[in-house]
Amino acid sequence: MSGPGTAGAVDAPAAAGQAPPPTRRPRRAGRRRHRASLGARLRRDWPLLAMTAPAAALLLVFHYLPTLGNVIAFQDYNPFVGDDPVEAFLYSEWIGFGNFEALFADPLFWDAVRNTLTITAFQLVFFFPLPILLAILLNSLVSGRVRGFVQSVVYLPHFFSWVLVVTFFVQMLGGAGLLAQEMREAGMQPWNIMTNPDTFIVLVTAEAVWKDIGWGAIVFLAALAAIDPNLYEAAAADGAGRWRRMWHITLPGLRPVIVLLLIMRLGDALSVGFEQFILQREAVGRDAAEVLDTFVYYQAIATQQWGLGAAAGLFKAVVGLILILAANKLAHRLGEQGVYSKS
Amino acid sequence: MTAQLSGIGPVPAAPETAGRPRRRRGSPRPPWEEPPSPVGLFGKGVVLVLLVAAVLVPLWAVLVTSLASRETIDAAGGMVMVPREFDPSAYITIFNGGQITRAVWISTLITVVGTTVSLVLTVLAAYGLSRPGSVGHRGLLFFFLLTFLIFPGLVPSYLVVTGLGLKDSIWSLILPSAISVFNLVVIRAFFMGVPGELLDSARIDGAGEFRILTRIMLPLSKAVIAVVGLFYAVGYWNAYFNSVLYIDDNDKFPIQRVLQSYILAGQSPNVSGAAVSLPGITAYPPTLAVKMAVVVVTVVPAIIVYPFVQRHFTKGVITGAVKG
Repeated sequence: MSGPGTAGAVDAPAAAGQAPPPTRRPRRAGRRRHRASLGARLRRDWPLLAMTAPAAALLLVFHYLPTLGNVIAFQDYNPFVGDDPVEAFLYSEWIGFGNFEALFADPLFWDAVRNTLTITAFQLVFFFPLPILLAILLNSLVSGRVRGFVQSVVYLPHFFSWVLVVTFFVQMLGGAGLLAQEMREAGMQPWNIMTNPDTFIVLVTAEAVWKDIGWGAIVFLAALAAIDPNLYEAAAADGAGRWRRMWHITLPGLRPVIVLLLIMRLGDALSVGFEQFILQREAVGRDAAEVLDTFVYYQAIATQQWGLGAAAGLFKAVVGLILILAANKLAHRLGEQGVYSKS
Repeated sequence: MTAQLSGIGPVPAAPETAGRPRRRRGSPRPPWEEPPSPVGLFGKGVVLVLLVAAVLVPLWAVLVTSLASRETIDAAGGMVMVPREFDPSAYITIFNGGQITRAVWISTLITVVGTTVSLVLTVLAAYGLSRPGSVGHRGLLFFFLLTFLIFPGLVPSYLVVTGLGLKDSIWSLILPSAISVFNLVVIRAFFMGVPGELLDSARIDGAGEFRILTRIMLPLSKAVIAVVGLFYAVGYWNAYFNSVLYIDDNDKFPIQRVLQSYILAGQSPNVSGAAVSLPGITAYPPTLAVKMAVVVVTVVPAIIVYPFVQRHFTKGVITGAVKG
């Protein structure tokens, strides 16, 4: 086996034994046999625990504590009845499912749900396949230099913030942007797609494509690189043309990744991205741009209906969890690895 | 079979990938493949040019406009595509103190401090979790991975952060997002790929866990750590929404927030002008060149760091993620 990169990098006088991979097994098995007392194990492993502690503490405070805090969805939460949020939480009145009743009776909430699902569906059709196509295209390039250059360029927008992405779109396609400028010069009537609610869904999808098509292609490129080149050669020897090879080798090779990502996207159906919509909601109006996340924000923080906002957030979290579990189950059923089957 | 791992030099690739022949970079077309059809070649060329242009043209237009004089911009009626002169006055304006200078400083501070905190904590935790069989390993790992499945929700998060007194503190932009469990899993996967004998031998030589981490693990996984560091840094530099939630004080706005108030606010007719008033800028409303200069300032850090880390993306992230 070639382990030159790993073993050679360290000066290894002691690592003289070249025992093959299964390194951990024997050690663990040995430990099992005469299991040390908890105290001894603690004495041995406390540095590991100490190293993990700060990160765990942060997650506890900023992830798990708010998760528990969701119970205010069942309260008429009033931040002013105490001196701090904890006291306010203790003194606020419990109202059972009152917030949820109010929420489900609110047509604006259902508008937000509908918008979210429409956008997810639209992006599944018009965004999801594009990184796959891009990966196949890039993979077909013979010149490594061209390929590398194109890759570097298309990955770049992934690292721009949504503020920047929207800014670029405003400056290129907006009412005072480059395109409108050219159209005016050509004597045409310029349009402003940035403020048009009817085409908003196309706009957000285009932005998402611009930002992430290259990034999305990385996974598929890796999958393509893992396909045995001999398969192509054998198929070609059997007389399969370019398209047949793509159909019978490339696409089946990508299938596991495609299924996995598709399922992950489905599990994430209620999240379409937060900043992108907050940033553009003003310009196109609420009817088109209100999604669940923005709904929560405006209900809770902007208009101070904490209980209602928390209820909407909890609804989203619970449905999201169910979707993810269901999607993962589906993945297992299809014989794929699933999303979180890692140990 | 032929290509001998050309690009793998600096990366201590995970064992699984080391043996696999990577896709031949720049190697010639295999002999059995039919020559490309002219139509296909042309089509591919067009698509590639369009893709590259879609990214580069906006960047170019913004850069050129930011360096154009007022007259040129007026003559063009907006964005300028052809550089005619070099007029840095927009940059002088924004770096003359005031809101933008301050915002760049704040964002830099958040990025540097945040990335350091995040990387240190993530690497430590990844190492702490990389040794199956240690005390509490399973429970702790479950504790970390469970965060993938449950979402805390905006409202309680907001109440926790404000309840801790972090409102209007830059720590509100750092601490809540300091640990990315995904990044942790990536680094942990790399640590676990390091051969166990190496660690055992170090242990026999009397090295403690911390020493093993700094002397063996870190040098071996520089590439992943660089990539993860870039992810963290980009996240901090791009932080926008948390500042909307937690920062009310104009003097503590990060750069993304200022960019937003410069360009996007005021797009729709029903936004009051007051929201856009920016202390520290004398010429109001800001000229197009000044706006574009802010855009350039916001983009530049990503573009500077990017090339250094870019070559590690595929190897670093994919191997880590797939194994995780």
